[in-house]
Amino acid sequence: MKEEEEISDSRRSFLMKISLGLGGFAALLAGVPILGALVQPIILDKKQTWRAVGKLSEFAEGETKLVKFKNAEAGDWAGVSANSAAWVRHDGAGKLTCFSANCTHLGCPVRWEKDAELFMCPCHGGVYYQDGTVAAGPPPKSLTQYSIRVKNGNVEVKTAPIPLTKITA
Amino acid sequence: MGFLKKIATWIDDRTGISDAIMPLAKHLVPPGAKWNYVFGSATLFCFILQVATGIGLSLLYQPSSANAYHSLAYITHEAFLGNVLRGIHYFGASGMILFVGIHMIRVYITAAYKYPREMNWITGVILLFLTIAMGFTGQLLRWDSNGVWSSVVAAEQLGRIPLIGTYLVQILLGGSAIGEHTLNRFFSFHVFLFPSLMFMLIGLHLFLVFKNGISEPPKAGRLVDPKTYRKWYQDMLNKKGVPFWPNAAWRDALFGAVVVICIVGLAIAFGAPELTQAPDPSILKTTPAPDWYMLPIFALFALMPPKIESYIIVIGPVLTVVGLLALPFLSNKGERSPIRRPWAVFGTLCVVVFIGTLLYIGLKAPWSPKFDTKPIYKQLKATNPQIKQGMVLFYKKGCQYCHKVAGNGGDTGPYLTLIGRKWNADQLKVQIVNGGKNMPAYGAILKKEELDLLVNYLGTLK
Repeated sequence: MKEEEEISDSRRSFLMKISLGLGGFAALLAGVPILGALVQPIILDKKQTWRAVGKLSEFAEGETKLVKFKNAEAGDWAGVSANSAAWVRHDGAGKLTCFSANCTHLGCPVRWEKDAELFMCPCHGGVYYQDGTVAAGPPPKSLTQYSIRVKNGNVEVKTAPIPLTKITA
Repeated sequence: MGFLKKIATWIDDRTGISDAIMPLAKHLVPPGAKWNYVFGSATLFCFILQVATGIGLSLLYQPSSANAYHSLAYITHEAFLGNVLRGIHYFGASGMILFVGIHMIRVYITAAYKYPREMNWITGVILLFLTIAMGFTGQLLRWDSNGVWSSVVAAEQLGRIPLIGTYLVQILLGGSAIGEHTLNRFFSFHVFLFPSLMFMLIGLHLFLVFKNGISEPPKAGRLVDPKTYRKWYQDMLNKKGVPFWPNAAWRDALFGAVVVICIVGLAIAFGAPELTQAPDPSILKTTPAPDWYMLPIFALFALMPPKIESYIIVIGPVLTVVGLLALPFLSNKGERSPIRRPWAVFGTLCVVVFIGTLLYIGLKAPWSPKFDTKPIYKQLKATNPQIKQGMVLFYKKGCQYCHKVAGNGGDTGPYLTLIGRKWNADQLKVQIVNGGKNMPAYGAILKKEELDLLVNYLGTLK
């Protein structure tokens, strides 16, 4: 075995780089699954599905009704957190519109005030008309609409991500 | 006693603890570092208290979307001294935010961030934002209705970031909506990720306090010159310095103890904040509001002009961080005394008043419809049936959520107690039918006779 001083500087430097490089590689190897856990919601994006929310006959014409369903993130550990709500308006002749319950300002829960015929947000005072357009307050755009359909007499709403207002809205 | 002392001496000899600690404890600090130097250590004591009570809470807490709320209710109402433990963690968080703010103001006003302490400031700024992040994720871990909607509001803000906003929201929530992974994410951030970063940065922050020495109390006219400062500081210490322990440290120890006793006292007296409704996003009859330290931002969102709001949400935090980090590079030498830096004092005062005002308005939230206002037709008597009908409409059509009449109603719109004096029937009609800057147009909502009844009623308010 060679004595310490017999190893040339360039060789020592090369071996040092190999050691550090290997260390970096080891960290990378271990790090990938860790980052994987962090970004898995992007990689394993949940598929949106249709959820039945009631019979068509339960939606009176000219009225706006609260519907509740499980969102796409429902799983064994979700409990009531994966519950979602939306407002379904029946304009007549089977024409249904489903409004997200999230205010387009910052996502707070808007409630339908039946007598006033307005959606109102408790957080910063956003107000919308019955067709979801902005009536007052800070919301930058109309209420988001979810896909809705009638299948075999059942009203179905398609789950959706939390509607995000874009900077350009 | 002799035996115990022998053990202690043996351990100390083999570990070298005294050799490592004593120079730190006895290191010289400038004389005159008195009570306004205790806020950094008070923040540290709060942090240690948070770690300790956090570990206590984690023994009782169930970190899952399904169970967190129940375990919080258990901690609050059933666990042995659970409410006090939660209360200490809550008031400890409040204390930490308060002292980190005071500490920062002290450092800024006395310009302690100048040469050679730029990195002390920079690590401090990062620690400030980590403290706020801990406060936000912490109140969210209650995982009640407020917690759920706080996470939605946070997601909406991240979602404004161009290109990557949607992905960041998924990473934040563990999915594209609230669900089975959401609470665990925030638990992991609050309990592992942020605290580990804080441990590292606090370590570095303290190391820098030893390395660069605590800043001497400023004196008007004594300028910081990077070329000579270190030598001057060392000479001053050699001449006039006093040992940190016990000459300076007793104030830290005393103040820290008083802070902890006050926090525990508050926890015993008031307990932890009561939980709101269950974490069920389909319960829409809820009024989300954050803890007090987040209220200024919450208020800002209500008061900003909507047109620029999205840009402020994205650019504002970046500018704030960059501005704070840039500070010691923009001015790292010269005068330190607040007497000679009146603009720094004035600016600090402005920021404090601004945040204080936002907090005050945030507590009142006048922009929110007052859903729980008592119907005016039950509060005030009206003999005339038409006026009575007008009153009923005033409540039912939502007018009263935003307008006050004789002390009943919301604060969003103008008070209408005397509106009949100022406006005639035509003016009232035009306003109600067309709405206004921040009022819905009721033209399509009210029938003609309803409009007449309402206008008639408002006309009697004289």
